[in-house]
Amino acid sequence: MANTLNQIGAVTALNVRSIPSRLGTSLVIVIGIAGVVGVLVALLSMGAGFAATLGGTGTEERTIVLRGGSVDELSSVITREQSQIIGDAPGVARDADGKPVMVAEFYLLTDVAKPDSTSPNNVVVRGTQSDVARVRPEFGIVEGRMFESGVREVIIGTGVARQFETLQLGGTVDVRDGAWNIVGIFETGGDVHESELWVDAGALETASRRSAFNSVTLQLESADAFQTFKDALTTDPRLVVNPQRQTDYYASRSEQLHMLIRILGYTVAVIMGIGAVFGALNVMYAAVATRTVEIATLRALGFGGLPVVISVMIESLLLALAGGLVGALGAYLFFNGFTVNTLNFQTFSQVAFAFQVTPELIRQGIVWALVMGLIGGLFPAVRAARLPVVDALRAG
Amino acid sequence: MTEAIVSLKGVTKSYTRGKQSVEVLQSLDLDIASGDFLALMGPSGSGKTTLLNLIGGLDTPSGGELRVGDARLDQMSSSQLTKWRANHVGFVFQFYNLLPVLSAERNVELPLLLTSLSAAERMKRVRIALGVVGLAERAKHKPGELSGGQAQRVAIARAIVADPTLLVCDEPTGDLDRKTADEILGLLQILNREHGKTIIMVTHDPKAAEFATHTLHLDKGRLVEAGELEQDERPVDVHPSERPDMDVRAGRSARDGSTGAP
Repeated sequence: MANTLNQIGAVTALNVRSIPSRLGTSLVIVIGIAGVVGVLVALLSMGAGFAATLGGTGTEERTIVLRGGSVDELSSVITREQSQIIGDAPGVARDADGKPVMVAEFYLLTDVAKPDSTSPNNVVVRGTQSDVARVRPEFGIVEGRMFESGVREVIIGTGVARQFETLQLGGTVDVRDGAWNIVGIFETGGDVHESELWVDAGALETASRRSAFNSVTLQLESADAFQTFKDALTTDPRLVVNPQRQTDYYASRSEQLHMLIRILGYTVAVIMGIGAVFGALNVMYAAVATRTVEIATLRALGFGGLPVVISVMIESLLLALAGGLVGALGAYLFFNGFTVNTLNFQTFSQVAFAFQVTPELIRQGIVWALVMGLIGGLFPAVRAARLPVVDALRAG
Repeated sequence: MTEAIVSLKGVTKSYTRGKQSVEVLQSLDLDIASGDFLALMGPSGSGKTTLLNLIGGLDTPSGGELRVGDARLDQMSSSQLTKWRANHVGFVFQFYNLLPVLSAERNVELPLLLTSLSAAERMKRVRIALGVVGLAERAKHKPGELSGGQAQRVAIARAIVADPTLLVCDEPTGDLDRKTADEILGLLQILNREHGKTIIMVTHDPKAAEFATHTLHLDKGRLVEAGELEQDERPVDVHPSERPDMDVRAGRSARDGSTGAP
């Protein structure tokens, strides 16, 4: 065993030491695989960022109530009476005055123009209460001030402010029935609400001539109180509603796009990977060919075929690993934290999110690289071990 | 007679080229005594390198019995031959076959990596082997930093470092000038006389053969007496580097375009 390890170590060291003399061809593997891993990690980081933005919205103790059968806020209707019944349900947290910690909200879309785009850019308008921080304590004004009740004023999320140059503090935006003044910029801990415009519910109710809310968001006494709360609502004959933990609701909002991005990412990676594997095969075959005499000499001296196979594989894997690391590092440097907005086609609204190159994605990228290196090195390695020694010695 | 360390009985070797079968060695009978320094001579294509490869365990005969020491090489599998070579044969090639990325001492150490010796013990033996060939002070140099003669000395050190039963040398001076060639041959002679190494050497060079204790001539796959060779097949009494019809570096004959080996 020690003997075999000695042989593997010796032949691998030879291969690796000769890489500088084959730098150009070796770089073909590194760059090819780096490209594949870079694209894969970048694409997946988009999905991860999108999922993190939506999945990071809300907490386990917070619940959103929609009309039964509605899959999102846009298609949901909750009457004022129903919102009061929901607020009185067991399990709902109450403040010092005994009032339920809840907010009934309007939810609609408005088209915000972008200077460089003629396509519609739907942005969520949320009609909420000025004391919304009771339900969403992560909410905070970062610039300007909160809207005033009953006044046509808007506060915009930081994601919206970054993505829409036309929306600036002191400017206006068409919400409903004319232009509304932008009086503040808010944050909510990086979640999906930062891609929204928030206005006073009363003002929006008047402007949009609506009488029913779209959703009710409540704080529960604890995460464990959800089932009690849900049972109470779903068995109440006055209600046909669908209560969900807020985390589950927003995670489900990202499922389709996240899945699409993953399919797209892996499809592109497979196609590029096939090219990279052929590149690796070509390079490793060439590497074996240029070392035919060296390999034959080692075989003549008594080195076994297995150490030759393993050493060629190790070389291929090392080059692939280098490519994987370069690709993942490139994806991290160029894309991590890169903010974009996209249409969430489950809500038909724009969502701003940041690419997230996570350790898990880097691990996936490197595994992908090693698989390519393994395939790319296997056949040349077997060929190297099967070289007829006598013929190969003459090749020099 | 001293006990035969190499014994061939009716050994044949044939290759298939396309649909044709070419018989390179024809029913060869040969005994080589332990401690012998044998020169194998013959014209290009005579089968001398093929014979050397069979004795060195690099190739297997098509028929007959080939025994080296206690081992029946004709009955061994490829992997058995590989292990056998590691334990019993030291190779010296015409173009040295040193690994260019390794220093002289690392090249010499290679056969010892196939043993269970510790790193310290390996280096001790490497220093002794390099001392024997007179290159102890060049241990850290890479092959590209050595002259042809020095490189061949390193190759000889590599061949003897594991104390093999046989030294198998294929045109060991074919790439060297006369003076350096004589130095290398003198070194092989010392290894044979003073260290008791059994050496089998293929050469085109009659002067090289003079260093051997015995010379055998091969022609068309058969052992022949020197006088039996046809006039144009007799060895030319000059070193390969001085023969106008030989491209020494490529080991080719410009006259017939063949390699030195079948």
